[in-house]
Amino acid sequence: MRYWIEAGQVTGRGASEKGVPMRVQVRVNGVEHEDEVEPRVLLVHYLREVVGLTGTNVGCDTSSCGACTVLLDGESVKSCTLLAAQADGHEVTTIEGLASPDGTLHPMQAAFREHHGLQCGYCTPGMVMAAVSLLAEHPSPTEAEVREGLEGNLCRCTGYHNIVKAVLAAAEAAPAPVGR
Amino acid sequence: MTTTASPPGGRALPGPAEVAAGEGAATSDRARTGGGPGVTGVRSSRAGELRVVGQALARLDQAEKVAGTTRYAGDFALPGMAHARLVRSPLPSARITRRDASKALALPGALCVLFGEDVPHNTVWVDVPGQTVEVAALKASMEVLATSRVRFHGEPVALVVAESEDVLAEACELVEIDYEELPGVFDPEAALAPGAPEVHDGGNLLGEWRIDRGDCDAAFAGAAVVVEGTYETQLVDHAYLEPEAGVGWLDDHGVLTLRVATQVVEHYRDVARILGLPESRVRVLAPFVGGGFGGKEDMTVEPYVALAVLQTRRPVRMVWSRGESLLARPKRHPVRLAYRTAADREGNILAQEIEILADSGAYAYLSALVLLYSSVHACGPYRVANVRLRARCAYTNNPPTSAFRGFGGMQVVLGYESQMDRVADALGLSRVALRKRNSLSRGDALPVGQVLETEVALAATLDAALAAAGPKPAPSGPGRAVGRGIASNLQSYGRLVWLNDSAAAWVGFQLDGSVTLRCGVPDIGGGQASSLAQIAAEVLGVSMEHITVHFGDSSLTPLAGTTTATRQLLMSGNATYGACSALRDLLLAGVAAELGEPVEGLRLEPGAVVGDGVRVPLAEALVACRRQSVPIEALGTFYGPKGRPVTRDLDATRIFPDFTFGSHVCDLEVDLETGQVVLLRYVAAHDVGRAINPRSVEGQIKGAVAQGLGMALLEEVVVEEGVNLTGGLFQYLVPTATDLPEIEAVVLESGEGMGPFGARGIGEPPIGPPLAAVASALEEATGVRPTTLPFTPERVLACVAASAPARGARP
Repeated sequence: MRYWIEAGQVTGRGASEKGVPMRVQVRVNGVEHEDEVEPRVLLVHYLREVVGLTGTNVGCDTSSCGACTVLLDGESVKSCTLLAAQADGHEVTTIEGLASPDGTLHPMQAAFREHHGLQCGYCTPGMVMAAVSLLAEHPSPTEAEVREGLEGNLCRCTGYHNIVKAVLAAAEAAPAPVGR
Repeated sequence: MTTTASPPGGRALPGPAEVAAGEGAATSDRARTGGGPGVTGVRSSRAGELRVVGQALARLDQAEKVAGTTRYAGDFALPGMAHARLVRSPLPSARITRRDASKALALPGALCVLFGEDVPHNTVWVDVPGQTVEVAALKASMEVLATSRVRFHGEPVALVVAESEDVLAEACELVEIDYEELPGVFDPEAALAPGAPEVHDGGNLLGEWRIDRGDCDAAFAGAAVVVEGTYETQLVDHAYLEPEAGVGWLDDHGVLTLRVATQVVEHYRDVARILGLPESRVRVLAPFVGGGFGGKEDMTVEPYVALAVLQTRRPVRMVWSRGESLLARPKRHPVRLAYRTAADREGNILAQEIEILADSGAYAYLSALVLLYSSVHACGPYRVANVRLRARCAYTNNPPTSAFRGFGGMQVVLGYESQMDRVADALGLSRVALRKRNSLSRGDALPVGQVLETEVALAATLDAALAAAGPKPAPSGPGRAVGRGIASNLQSYGRLVWLNDSAAAWVGFQLDGSVTLRCGVPDIGGGQASSLAQIAAEVLGVSMEHITVHFGDSSLTPLAGTTTATRQLLMSGNATYGACSALRDLLLAGVAAELGEPVEGLRLEPGAVVGDGVRVPLAEALVACRRQSVPIEALGTFYGPKGRPVTRDLDATRIFPDFTFGSHVCDLEVDLETGQVVLLRYVAAHDVGRAINPRSVEGQIKGAVAQGLGMALLEEVVVEEGVNLTGGLFQYLVPTATDLPEIEAVVLESGEGMGPFGARGIGEPPIGPPLAAVASALEEATGVRPTTLPFTPERVLACVAASAPARGARP
């Protein structure tokens, strides 16, 4: 795919063979972005390679693992299931957009850290975003609801135990606004 | 079991007693939160002695990881970077008849296509990765890029480099490779039969180990009971969330630099050998790895990125897709186990006769060593005087198999623990009592001859796990049955003793009192780097936040060896402890020289050097060292225990440094109509010697249990006639949050390990028991023991059906 950024430019071969590049306008973590992308570029690749935010990870090619979960207008989506073009005119929040500008962690991030809800950390950004979205919908979930709500996000290191604990702890604390 | 921690070096650590003293120092989730009984019978000595070690502190790497700012291998990019991908064999066994890159090269943006002939030394020597290369007996090789023959589905044949991922995908399609299909062999037993197609010249038997101890025939003849069982494990994948990835470039001195997801920075030597470069001209950097579990122990992208960089003289990135990762990276050995176990009327195990057959797939990788681990661990944590074992691994045209957490020590747990249950049942004895009766103790020898030098807390782990599990739950409704299974194991930590293992760490004070620690350890998610900081903080009297760890750089950090074999805490931990102890002694010597006082009266406390009526703040002490020409930096190197290499007939005084012991309890419910299994509760108790960071320890235990439960119930890489049919995580079922129960880790601390502060390794050991614990629980629930993995609903239903006549009588 032709989504590699180099010194601010999208580079690569002439796009005409693959389809007419299209202009997308996406608000990412509160910042307006306007870029030309090929119609078939996935949102996750747009975020990683064009916008340059690599906190959103890729763990599979089949929307199975959830590592690429972001918020689209506040709701969690697997960013490999969407085209960048589908995010045109929308607001995307990635893991980088959760903390305050001064670096203060979002309560969900803090809860994951406090409760050791991670080991290698590769699933963590997607897991945190899914958990933020979960609490936005269900502010006081039961343990079973947390497990169900995170079913689409795989973790291979923790056995989920501490992830569930972290989400429950974050739910107990006051709910926080998303994407400050 | 009482203990006194004696850190290596023998020096008692100074420091205020910040941790309350008391009994019941064994910790568990509920013990720490005060929600339940503590575990008795194991006493920790850390109270009053240690200030930082043993504290459940947040790890140093976690703030960045939750913020999303950690740059994993595939996140990295450089200006002018090109992209590389492999063209792989679509067939499991074939001759390559033609390769043509002309169409691919004609594509604008395609930079090069490399075949095996373009590789300076087209051979990967498959021996033991790391510092040593002297295991000639096990040496085998494979081509970096296959030139004339492919032996498994997914074997790399061509390397393509292009300007962009876009062009790359198209160029790979245009590389023309013709094959002539050859007969293959897809089962290890068939592979060893006369007349089987040879995967490699010289026959398909790759490795063989034997144990012949005592007099098995006499023991079986005189036994009160003999139980037999066969067990079969499946092909499983590591399925870490981060696929294999790396970026390479030539640095400003022309040094070939590879920043890759790896457990072994020492592969720079293998890369140098392949490229014909001096070892000093290749550098491997290991950033934080998104999961390893043994799957990033062998090389993955390294040689290919290196070749692409040298060919194009540009930075190059290679990222494997999940499909590629599932297709072509080595996996865990499927193993067939046949056990015959003899016991007397009291339940003493008299003899074990064991046959092991493992499928190595198409190339050797680490198979012979994995099989050695299986052999050494095959009798479990039990005294057995008479043992006859034959273990073989065979080449097939299946996907290769190699290292995976547990490394051959895992599969055999299903065998020996199922046998323990069966012996207990045959004699009408308690399964727990039988295990305790036969438990190894300090001073006992394993069947291979190694004498255990440290405490064996097996009975304590059984008691602790059962106490934490509480009463067995009742079924949730009619048509359902609940079963409880127990399983214990032992697993070595540290590498085979003839590998001359060593690890080094460098530590230095900055003038502001902060500390720089350099150690070549790759951090694969277990908190390897953070644990070293915790050790340094303890010895040097500084807080963890004042320590910066530079890790995983084969050129700029002292080599610490592989993050494999549950060895890093033992090896790098001891090296760090040694370096910090030496640095502390230098600091004291500097102050003593400055004051003109004997060094014996001085000690290091947090923030100051203190003596009789003397208190020199750290900053002044550091200046004093400079004035007195005393260094404020030190290098520590730790050498592992040594021993002689084994021969095929295993008989050695020492094979591994030491072992970790544990016991698990699994409660599950079976739907007798559908065979569906719901895990209700899982408890895992291990004697970890000393928990440097209890959070990391618990994290390792829970994660290993989850991986073991996935193998027990869900996971399988499906291969048909050598064709790998498992292409994605929608087919390969990694457990989700709803598949797993609450997992409780019970951490016992005997203080008896060989690591710093008496720590044992814990990365691999907890993955062993789940297979057997689940099998045991399923037997209790259904009446029949499942023996073939994974225990799918179909297989569970078969157990239900097989026991149907008998079950009417069950309560």
